[in-house]
Amino acid sequence: MNSFLRIQAVFIKELMQLKRDRMTFGMVIMIPLIQLMLFGFAINTNIRHVPVGVVDHSQTGLSRVLVQTISATQIVNFTQHYLSIQQAQQAIASGEVHAVLIIPKDVSQRLVRNQSVGLGSPPSSDEETSRPIAQWLVDSSDTMIAAAIKSLRNMPLLELLNKPPNRGTPTFAVTLLYNPEQRTAVNIVPGLVAVILTMTMIMFTSAAIVRERERGNLEMLITTPVRSFELMLGKIIPYVFIGLVQTAIILGLGYSVFAVPINGSLLQLGAATLLFIAASLVLGLVISTIAKNQLQSMQMTIFVLLPSILLSGFMFPYDGMPLAAQYIAEALPATHFMRLIRGIVLRDVDVFNMRFDLYWLLIFTLIGLAIASLRFKKNLD
Amino acid sequence: MNTVPDQEFAISAQQVDRNFGNLKAIQNLDLQVEKQRIYGFLGPNGSGKTTAIRLLTGLLKPSAGSISVLGYKLPKNAEKLRLKIGYMTQKFSLYDDLTVKENLQFLAKIYGLQGKHQHKRISKLLSIYGLDQKANQLAGNMSGGQRQRLSLAGAVLHQPELLFLDEPTSAVDPENRREFWEQLFDLCDQGTTILVSTHYMDEAERCHKLAILEAGIKRADGSPDELMANMNAHVVEVLSDNIRNLKNQLFTLNEIISAAQLGARLRVLVNKKVTDPIGFLKQLPMAEQIKQAQIVRPSLEDVFVTCTGEGRQ
Repeated sequence: MNSFLRIQAVFIKELMQLKRDRMTFGMVIMIPLIQLMLFGFAINTNIRHVPVGVVDHSQTGLSRVLVQTISATQIVNFTQHYLSIQQAQQAIASGEVHAVLIIPKDVSQRLVRNQSVGLGSPPSSDEETSRPIAQWLVDSSDTMIAAAIKSLRNMPLLELLNKPPNRGTPTFAVTLLYNPEQRTAVNIVPGLVAVILTMTMIMFTSAAIVRERERGNLEMLITTPVRSFELMLGKIIPYVFIGLVQTAIILGLGYSVFAVPINGSLLQLGAATLLFIAASLVLGLVISTIAKNQLQSMQMTIFVLLPSILLSGFMFPYDGMPLAAQYIAEALPATHFMRLIRGIVLRDVDVFNMRFDLYWLLIFTLIGLAIASLRFKKNLD
Repeated sequence: MNTVPDQEFAISAQQVDRNFGNLKAIQNLDLQVEKQRIYGFLGPNGSGKTTAIRLLTGLLKPSAGSISVLGYKLPKNAEKLRLKIGYMTQKFSLYDDLTVKENLQFLAKIYGLQGKHQHKRISKLLSIYGLDQKANQLAGNMSGGQRQRLSLAGAVLHQPELLFLDEPTSAVDPENRREFWEQLFDLCDQGTTILVSTHYMDEAERCHKLAILEAGIKRADGSPDELMANMNAHVVEVLSDNIRNLKNQLFTLNEIISAAQLGARLRVLVNKKVTDPIGFLKQLPMAEQIKQAQIVRPSLEDVFVTCTGEGRQ
C-alpha cells in the first residue's frame, strides 16, 4: 500500500517536472512528427536520376538514340558530355557524375552483330558477337548506385532498331506480397517506430537518475524510505505513455500521409510495443545507474542508438550481415521489435508465431530491471 | 558513563573511521548525543562534518567502528532508521522545478502521509515556517532564507525523532539565522534531538553540547561553558600603539598560542602552563610596547583556536 503510494508520488513528481519542461514536452511530439515526415519522404532505396556523363566516340544517330533510350529508363540522367576517357574519369573522381557511358566508334557494328538483336548477319565470329555495344565506368564505392547502373546491363536493345521488343518468357514468376508497388515508405515507417522509441525512451530514462544526482536531489531521496524499485518504476511509467503516444503519431501519420496499411491486430501491436517500450526504458535506467553525469548518459545512449539504427534491419537487411554482427543485433531490443512491428503491421502475422522475439524483449526487461535495482544503491559509497 | 545504556543516547558511536582511498576523512570518532538536545559539529571546511553526518545517517558505511542511532545499529538497519530521522542537506536538495506545496506533497506521500492528514500537516508546516504566501511558487525562484525554511519543513514533515542539519545557515542572512535557531529550539522543546554542523562560532555557542572537528579528528567536546572552562590557555587582552609589530613578536614565543587583533586591542592566548600570564607578558623584552593587559573571559573562538592549532601547521 505504502509502496504503491511512493511509486505514485514519484510518478506525479515526474509528470509535474515534465509539464514544466516545455522543451522536452515539445520534443516528445515533434521528434516523431518531423522525423517521420523527413525520413518518410527522404529515404528511398529505388535509385532514380543518377547524374551520369557520356563519351561518344561514334557521334552517330544511333549513339544519340542509345543515350535517349537509356534516359527513358529514368535510372540515369545524362548531364555531361566529355571528349576523352581521361576527362570522364576526372569527372567521376571529382564527384561531378557517378558514372560515364563510353560509346565506341563501331557501336553500330557491335549492335548489329549482337545476338540479342537476332539479325544474325553479316557472318561473324563468336568473339565479335559477344562484344557489348558500349561500356559504363562507375564509381562503385556506393554499392546502391553501382547496383542501379548494373541493372542497366541487360537492357533490351531492339527498340533502338525500331523493332518490337523481344518478349521472352522470364525464368521465374515473381509475386510481390505486402508491398507490390515497392514503395520504400512501407518498410521505413514501421521501422521508424522502433528507431524513435529507442532514441526517446533510452534518452529520457538514461538522464533520469543522473539528473537527480547532478542536481543534488539524490542525497535527499536516499534518506527517505523510498525503495530503489519504487523510484525506478515511478520514473519510467510516465514515459510508457509517451512511448505509446509517439507510436500512435508515427503509425497514424504513416497511414494517412504515406498510405502504410496497418494490417495486423491493434491489440497485438499494442502488446508488442509496450514490451519494447519497457525494454528500452529499462536499458535507459541501467545506463542511468552507470553514468556519472548527463553528458555520459547521452554518450551511452548514442552508443546503443547507432547499432539500433544500423544493425537492427532498419536500414540494411539483417540477413546480409555477417554472423558476428547478427549476434550483436540479436541482443538489441530494437532488432526484435523491428521484426515484430513489420510483421504485425505489414504482414498481419499472429504474434504467437513470432513469440521468441517477444520472449527476448521480456527477458531483457526483467534482467535490466534487476541490474538497475541492484546497481542503484541507497548510499553514497 | 559506561553505566548508561545505549538507548539513553540518540546517537552513540565508538572508534569510527572512514577512509576515502588514502584520505582519512574521519578518524577515531567517539560520539554520545543525548536525546532532546541540540548537538553541534564545529569545524572548518573539510574537517569531516558532512562525512560524519553521512555516516550517522547511514548514507556512508564506516571503514571501522560501531554506530548506533536511535537504538539501530548502522549500517545494517539504515533502511529502518530512515522513517525516524530527518536530514537537511548542505545544498538545497528539493526540486527547483516544483512548487513549495508540490515538494512537500511529494515528501508526504513518500513518508506514507495522505488525505486529510497530509493536508493538515502541510498547512501547519507552511504556517510555522512562514511559507503560506509562497505555497505555489517554484522552489527554484525563492531566496536563500525561504529555501532553507522549505528544506527544514521537508526534513521535519514526518516528525522525526532525530534531525540532522548540515550547515543549514550557510546561505542565509543573520536575521534569518536568528529566526531559524528559534525554530530549532521549538523543535527541540517538542522532543526532537538535533545534530547541526556549522562553522559559525555564535551558532556553535547556542548548542547544548558540541564537538570541535578538525581534519577528521574530534579535538574537543562538551558544553560551550565546559569547553571554555577547560580551555588550555589564558586569554589576555593587550592594548598597544604598535599592535601589528607586537603581534608578530609575540607570535615567535612558544608560550603564546595565538594573537589576534581586534581593532585597537590584541587578544593573546597564553599557554596554561604559565601560571601568571600578565606577569609573563610584563617581563618580556617587548613589554614596553604593552600599554595595558588584562585577563578576560574566554570565547568559543578562543577554544576553537586553542584546540585546532596543531592541524594547521
